[in-house]
Amino acid sequence: MQDSTSEPNWAALLLRVRDNQDREAFALLFRHFAPRVKGFLMKSGASASLAEECAQDVMATLWQKANLFDPSRASVATWVFTIARNRRIDALRKARRPEPEDLPWGPEAEPDQADALEMQQETARLGLALAQLPAKQRALIEHAYFGDLSHSEIAAETGLPLGTIKSRIRLALERLRHQMS
Amino acid sequence: MTIKHHLTDALLMAYSAGQLPEAFNLVVATHLSMCDECRANAESFDMIGGAMIDGGHVVAMAEDGLQQTMARLDRTPPTQRPVARGRSDVVAPLRDYIGGDLAAVKWHSIGMGVRQSILPAGKGATVRLLHIPAGQAVPDHGHRGLELTLVLQGAFRDATDRFAKGDVEVATQDLNHTPIAEAGMDCICLAATDAPLRFNSLLPRMLQPLFRI
Repeated sequence: MQDSTSEPNWAALLLRVRDNQDREAFALLFRHFAPRVKGFLMKSGASASLAEECAQDVMATLWQKANLFDPSRASVATWVFTIARNRRIDALRKARRPEPEDLPWGPEAEPDQADALEMQQETARLGLALAQLPAKQRALIEHAYFGDLSHSEIAAETGLPLGTIKSRIRLALERLRHQMS
Repeated sequence: MTIKHHLTDALLMAYSAGQLPEAFNLVVATHLSMCDECRANAESFDMIGGAMIDGGHVVAMAEDGLQQTMARLDRTPPTQRPVARGRSDVVAPLRDYIGGDLAAVKWHSIGMGVRQSILPAGKGATVRLLHIPAGQAVPDHGHRGLELTLVLQGAFRDATDRFAKGDVEVATQDLNHTPIAEAGMDCICLAATDAPLRFNSLLPRMLQPLFRI
């Protein structure tokens, strides 16, 4: 299921978790994402032991919420990020962050395979675009996501390359809009 | 519902990054529940977070980390898909704060027919519902910080434009305005601010500490 030129198909692995409670697939996801979540949380100011504990929580939540995962709307990395972000808010900031109302579930159509694959690849392309940003702009985005910038600093920060990033994710955005309408 | 006034990219990014005070989170989540365009936009900011995690700093997990997590999986039953709730005049995130529909709001008069209801929110910013009678003005005020005003019912106008159901006005300290509810229907707004408003006449200013506005 994987060739030497690309990453494993994380979405397919998460679907194996969702559909078959597949522990082998879970272990592969854990080995890739847990150290990244731990790194993300430590960059956000968590101690190594708190980050370890929270990263384990995040991966357990990934297992628990696998049946809510829709590969045509988010990549696994994005899904993991939202779980890690919420865990960080609980652990470090203790502020509530209400979520938007769930979109009504339509007829149980299986997500389009091509859409799903495209969505997973979009995160990789976006990562590439972020890596190619000038160092200063990239650092600003990192600060925003790691929690070193307050919302008023984000709002005031004119150096944030939002336009650059937005043109990169425009396609994904259009796909999302199309799906929601 | 045609929404004309949207959230800014900076606010959506701060919401995605988890950097907003609870009061602003509530206004953003309520607007996203009403506005597909901003919802898609917000999900694209989550994608940036995904790319950050994927391409970011890697720190090895404890040797028995996987084993420990695996041991927990049996004790963590899968989350059920949320069941669709019944019809309501407020979207889910706001309903959770009100504890019901608009009819359940406990209003308090703040003068000139205007009523408010302060919702519980953590530190950093405050959030309230405002009920402005049709045709009535909210006292002229400026801002020291950031104010988000989301229209839930009716419409209001100020010097900048008209704001109808689903529209959100993002006001910074540059804006000094007198919102007026449109004739025909009372206007109900959800408003959050991270600084006390500055009313431009003496009486409302004296009342501010009393009403926490």
